[in-house]
Amino acid sequence: MLRIRNLESGYGSLKVLRGVTIHINSGEIVTIIGANGSGKTTLLETITGIVRPRAGEILYKKRNISGMPPERIVALGCSLVPEGRQVFATMTVHENLVIGAYTRSSGPDRENVPEDLESVYALFPILKERNRQLAGTLSGGEQQMLAIGRSLMARPGLIMLDEPSMGLAPIIVKHIFEIIIQLRSRGNTILLVEQNAKAALGIADRGYVMETGSIVLEGTARELLDNHDVQRAYLGKDYKSIGE
Amino acid sequence: MKISSHLPVALLGAIVVLFQVLMSATGTDYLLIQLTMSAYYALVVLGLCLLMGYAGQISMGHAAFFALGGYTAAVLSTNNLTQLFSAGVLEWLVQKGLIILSTDAYGAAAYRAPAWLSLGTAVLITVAVSFAIGIPVLRLKGHYLAMATLGFGTILYRIFLGTRIFGEADGISAVRPCEILPGLFVGGDPSQRVFNYYFAWILLIGALVLLLNLVRSRVGRALRAIHGSEEAAGAMGIDTARYKLNIFVISAVFAALGGYFMTHFNGGIGPSEAGIMKSVRYVAIVAVGGMANLWGCLLMGVVLNFLSLRGYFGSYDDAVFGALLIIIMALAPEGIFRKESISRIKELTRRLSWPFWK
Repeated sequence: MLRIRNLESGYGSLKVLRGVTIHINSGEIVTIIGANGSGKTTLLETITGIVRPRAGEILYKKRNISGMPPERIVALGCSLVPEGRQVFATMTVHENLVIGAYTRSSGPDRENVPEDLESVYALFPILKERNRQLAGTLSGGEQQMLAIGRSLMARPGLIMLDEPSMGLAPIIVKHIFEIIIQLRSRGNTILLVEQNAKAALGIADRGYVMETGSIVLEGTARELLDNHDVQRAYLGKDYKSIGE
Repeated sequence: MKISSHLPVALLGAIVVLFQVLMSATGTDYLLIQLTMSAYYALVVLGLCLLMGYAGQISMGHAAFFALGGYTAAVLSTNNLTQLFSAGVLEWLVQKGLIILSTDAYGAAAYRAPAWLSLGTAVLITVAVSFAIGIPVLRLKGHYLAMATLGFGTILYRIFLGTRIFGEADGISAVRPCEILPGLFVGGDPSQRVFNYYFAWILLIGALVLLLNLVRSRVGRALRAIHGSEEAAGAMGIDTARYKLNIFVISAVFAALGGYFMTHFNGGIGPSEAGIMKSVRYVAIVAVGGMANLWGCLLMGVVLNFLSLRGYFGSYDDAVFGALLIIIMALAPEGIFRKESISRIKELTRRLSWPFWK
């Protein structure tokens, strides 16, 4: 579904991505784990077109989307749930969801928007309860649900989630991750970027480890969970317990 | 559109008519002059309200766009326009009907462009200038954008102040009225006072209805999303750069229209209309009006300008608006007339009156 080859990008004179190569098959949950500042968010922003790529190619459904503006990439079906949720605080829950369908709302697909709204409400009943409330007054977990629901309104083929667990209580994180599994069973393909490596590898099919702008390791989620380097660096196990 | 949104507009229209009838009946119709001028200033405020309140982009140079419309009107309807062309070209334009040649009260030759041409030129120039300024400037955010637009306003102010065709420090006077319909002029003649009042207010209410519909539409949602978070709006597939530019141009054109008709109405314009204090005044009024509140901005735009034009603020005129801005930014940076505060007042009155109603 998504195939990225030797992608390079950055900000000004700062080079962040140094030749990233990954692929995501249709119907998979793929996770990218890595420390702060390793370039995970930049990778997602480059795929979405918010940051311009400098080299390499991004093929989405065999079509080169590298260098396209964000509005075209979203319209093609790559939807981003941004880091820190970024819901529109002064708009109601309902309006936030309608904005999610922005790229569809001028075309013939417009008639299906109410139907999708209902399906998002079915997935997140709490949002239906609060649909007249301003998004800024929701709790962190509800805002994350709203951000996911909002991205679903674009009818994406690929959903990219940037740190959905950020700042949430463990029980809420669990709930959000269950929803991500549900999304896969509905036929969505998911690219999940996380610092919470354990939780992410727990639900992913495959994973990549990113360090200072390059992929240093890849494998199935099981392989990565069993990998000693990953265990030491990202899962909080020290040398001794690995050695035993 | 729902009835609920028609009703306030109809009410406003009724109030406008009521004012005129009352003032004409009581012989205080000189007040209509200031109400007409207030309406033109309020037009600038409405445009700025769209830009600041809804799209979240500040402009500290809107007076320059007002002056751009005003000076275009002034140059094209006085003999100043002869400075633009050589004698041969002028004669050719007169022959083609693009410039009207008549004689003034003293029998001297008087040139002016027809109203449709000068209005069209004013709008075109404003669109071109705001486009050219908007593309680089709107990449900036927050106070950087404020500084950049302030710089633009200052440049235009100095140009108007220092250029001969714009009358330098004197400005341009004796601007002839602008014929809207046969026999009906936008100008200062007392016999046209009632027409001018209604013309200005129809323009203002028309602009209000247009903007009310715009902010309720898909465009309005997109603007509020940009205001909320530009990055997230981009991730939703909203072309943020294009929206910001279009809104900047639209609000500049509103300001220019206000300046265009005001100049015809007053019969002149001076460089102070492009000054920084005028821009600060528009920003202050939008802040008092509640930022993203077209009704509040319209109300404050009319009331504050009316008080200022009637001289209630005396020599503290500019200071009043400066002080207003400080107070708003310190106490209620989101503006006073907001939906939230209105619902808070409703809630409070409901609670207070509860034991009595029960």
